[in-house]
Amino acid sequence: MKETLERALAGERRAMARLMSLLENDGSRIREIMAHIYRHTGRAHVIGVTGAPGSGKSTLVARLAATYRERDMTVGIVAVDPSSPFSGGAVLGDRIRMGNLSGDPGVFVRSMANRGTPGGLAQATGNVVRLLDACGYQRVIIETVGAGQGEVEIARTAHTVVVLQVPGMGDAIQTLKAGILEIADILVVNKADLEGSERLRTRLQAMLSLAGKKGGKDEPSWEPPVIEMVATEDRGTKVLVDNIENHADHLRKSGTLEKLERNWVEKEIRTILLQDVISKYLTKGDTEHYATLIERVVRREVDPYTAAQELLKRIKEIG
Amino acid sequence: MSERPIRVLIAKPGLDGHDRGAKVIARALRDAGMEVIYTGLRQTPEMVVETALQEDVDVIGLSILSGAHMTLVPRIVELLAEARLKEPLVLVGGIIPEEDIPRLMEQGVDGVFGPGASTDEVVKFIRKRVDTQGAL
Repeated sequence: MKETLERALAGERRAMARLMSLLENDGSRIREIMAHIYRHTGRAHVIGVTGAPGSGKSTLVARLAATYRERDMTVGIVAVDPSSPFSGGAVLGDRIRMGNLSGDPGVFVRSMANRGTPGGLAQATGNVVRLLDACGYQRVIIETVGAGQGEVEIARTAHTVVVLQVPGMGDAIQTLKAGILEIADILVVNKADLEGSERLRTRLQAMLSLAGKKGGKDEPSWEPPVIEMVATEDRGTKVLVDNIENHADHLRKSGTLEKLERNWVEKEIRTILLQDVISKYLTKGDTEHYATLIERVVRREVDPYTAAQELLKRIKEIG
Repeated sequence: MSERPIRVLIAKPGLDGHDRGAKVIARALRDAGMEVIYTGLRQTPEMVVETALQEDVDVIGLSILSGAHMTLVPRIVELLAEARLKEPLVLVGGIIPEEDIPRLMEQGVDGVFGPGASTDEVVKFIRKRVDTQGAL
């Protein structure tokens, strides 16, 4: 294991791929991997690309990666697709649009099934991104599951969130709704050669002007730009990359980056702690006490809140 | 470690532009609970092997209808050995003349499935040959 870690950090792709599988499949190894690689992370700028199914995410990600390669930067890509709720299987097809990147040692592409995790990412996505970061990829691009309105988990993983919109998907009210448009640092009107793209851009700009500025009162603000693209023809890619880099600069200079990461770390520690507590005291520890408690709630003898209180007391006793 | 999903790469090396069979098998494996990476048409042997490496797959399914299997498959097997991958199962599907099958198996192919094969057969074959319990 230690040897695999060293080889991955030295840039061996086979070792990286193995570690990604462990991060996806083997909960007991995650700690060891993170303990080893974490101090090497924090160098990559992480870009999230999200939007409805068929809005052009994979094509756009491929263009982004190619443009970064022209600028001599290495690129890691994590592409997430949905798992079947019935069989648990998945068809991961994002690589179809990324054929041109194959064979370039400066690019690493990994497909992931979300395995039923809600929010647009897979559970292991964040850690796979960290591995790519630790192994020296300078830009890491995450492509989410085809997102609807509420798949906003990407905002807790990526520094810059790019939201794709395409013409012909609804009226002006859609731009007022909460959710996916709110998390955009950059909005892209893709397929801008289609009818209705001008109207869509105007609406998005109107929405943004209503929304006011992102960020706190006393910090320099970031106003999400609206960029028109035709990703299949590579139109607009350079403008997008320039805007992503501007956003990266903005995050660093305004101090927002530090705040963002502090916020993420705090949430992550809480999540891990909660999982640890659950695994130590509920699923592995005193399972009998827990099972009895569940029974009592089912029989309406106690309510769920009281039951949780009782468990907390118990945890304190056991220590 | 609990059971993990089997990861399969379905690739179409070579120049034929007909991928219905590849799509049918991708869908069938999905319905059998596997995670299937589909890369689309016209892959070079180098692309196939690089994808298998990055995606850390258990199985590589090659769909070839062009008749170039006796060139493409040995080249892929050779590159796999060079890349020192952890011996993924290599399956070939498509139009493969009967007399070529023994030669492909000799080259290191684990199974050949022609047009008459049912998707069930393929699923069973993979399940039998891939160990999802053992260490990765």
